[in-house]
Amino acid sequence: MGDILLALSEAARLIGRFDANLVAIVALSLEVSLAAVVIATVVGLPVGAVIGVTRFRGRQTLIAVLNGLMGLPPVVVGLLVYLLLSRAGPLGQLGLLFTPVAMVIAQAILVAPIIAALSRQVIEDAWREYEEQLRSLGAGPVASALTLIWDTRFSIVTIVLAGFGRAAAEVGAVIIVGGNIDGVTRVMTTAIALETSKGDLPLALGLGIILVSLVLAINAAAQWVKETAQRRYG
Amino acid sequence: MLPLALDAVCFAARGRTIIDRVSCEIGTGPRTVILGPNGAGKSVLMRLCHGLLQPTSGTIAWQGTHETRRPREQAMVFQRPVMLRRSVLANVVYGLKLAGVSRAERELRARDVLDVVGLADRAGRPARVLSGGEQQRLALARAWAPGPEVLFLDEPTANLDPGATREVEYIIGQIHASGTKIIMTTHNLGQARRFADEILFLNEGRLAERAPAGQFFKQPASAEAASFIKGELPWQ
Repeated sequence: MGDILLALSEAARLIGRFDANLVAIVALSLEVSLAAVVIATVVGLPVGAVIGVTRFRGRQTLIAVLNGLMGLPPVVVGLLVYLLLSRAGPLGQLGLLFTPVAMVIAQAILVAPIIAALSRQVIEDAWREYEEQLRSLGAGPVASALTLIWDTRFSIVTIVLAGFGRAAAEVGAVIIVGGNIDGVTRVMTTAIALETSKGDLPLALGLGIILVSLVLAINAAAQWVKETAQRRYG
Repeated sequence: MLPLALDAVCFAARGRTIIDRVSCEIGTGPRTVILGPNGAGKSVLMRLCHGLLQPTSGTIAWQGTHETRRPREQAMVFQRPVMLRRSVLANVVYGLKLAGVSRAERELRARDVLDVVGLADRAGRPARVLSGGEQQRLALARAWAPGPEVLFLDEPTANLDPGATREVEYIIGQIHASGTKIIMTTHNLGQARRFADEILFLNEGRLAERAPAGQFFKQPASAEAASFIKGELPWQ
């Protein structure tokens, strides 16, 4: 018990004096996950919008697959991206394995289905409400899709934040494709895994505290956005 | 683009006939009210005329045009209008943009029509927090702003209290006076009496009777219309 308390106070000290090592790890985590979420949104949102407002054969199957992909195990994504980027793989020439770019790719693959599946649901619900009105006003498919995205913007913000939370908290994918190289590809989750097994509890605990706070803050922000928007815009 | 000519229009959904061989011609001028009990097919008939639904058989034709959904030519206000999640002004501007009105003209015109419907002081507020009556007035402004030749109104006051109903009827009167053809559905006899110049009486999907309003209420020609006016229960 004493050891844990000691480690906790040491962790608090690390956070309190903005320990350089700790700050670098946190910064890389945020950079990688933010980039991944931006890419995942650019890809996933249009896919979700198109599936939400169109009717075609096999749509239900596609939705089932998309929903299933939300639960994609990070280690499997890591493995697939590893195979793609490894020296013998199809994209091996690019030399991306064990770089932050590889980590961004893996997390984007992990998050894109989440954003596509959740935005599909939100946009489809809105479409049901808006369809007649928009057609009556003369909106074509593109104008309708843009209007729906804009009118569901607050829900979409919370979806994107959920995607960010998932990216920042996963360890399986980034540890495989990043390799947890000190100062290069070490992020919060991989550092916690390594430092714990090494026995350096203060750093692991400090990063753990920051990670949990971050996830809580993101969820609080998501809820705040939604409630404020509901109050102000109805 | 008027008159609007319906020729033996039928509409069926899931094996049930909702509109049954309706033929008529609706011309410029009088306020046309499509009257009938709930479930008579009034809303479906209106959606067919507006172009939101396609007839199962029969034809619907506008004079000299094949395009039936251009908002500049004909617009519609729904029983429950959908307000876009943006300001009152932006809702009207949105309709004008889709109607192809130039950017420079949009806001000026939008402010003009908001003035007519009494929402000028609400222009900056989010549309979804307006009251039901204000939302319906905004829907009228949005539909009317592009200057359509014909305005369809589907039970525009069915969800409103008497005060808001009077406001909406007054505005529809203004729109009629400006030269826009009004075609409105209602199940409300009082409203039809106050408002209609001519009545199309719809019952179980069929056009049972068409007459000038005065004549219709004094001496309905069809037995269905007579019993509807008297408020008789149809199964007695």
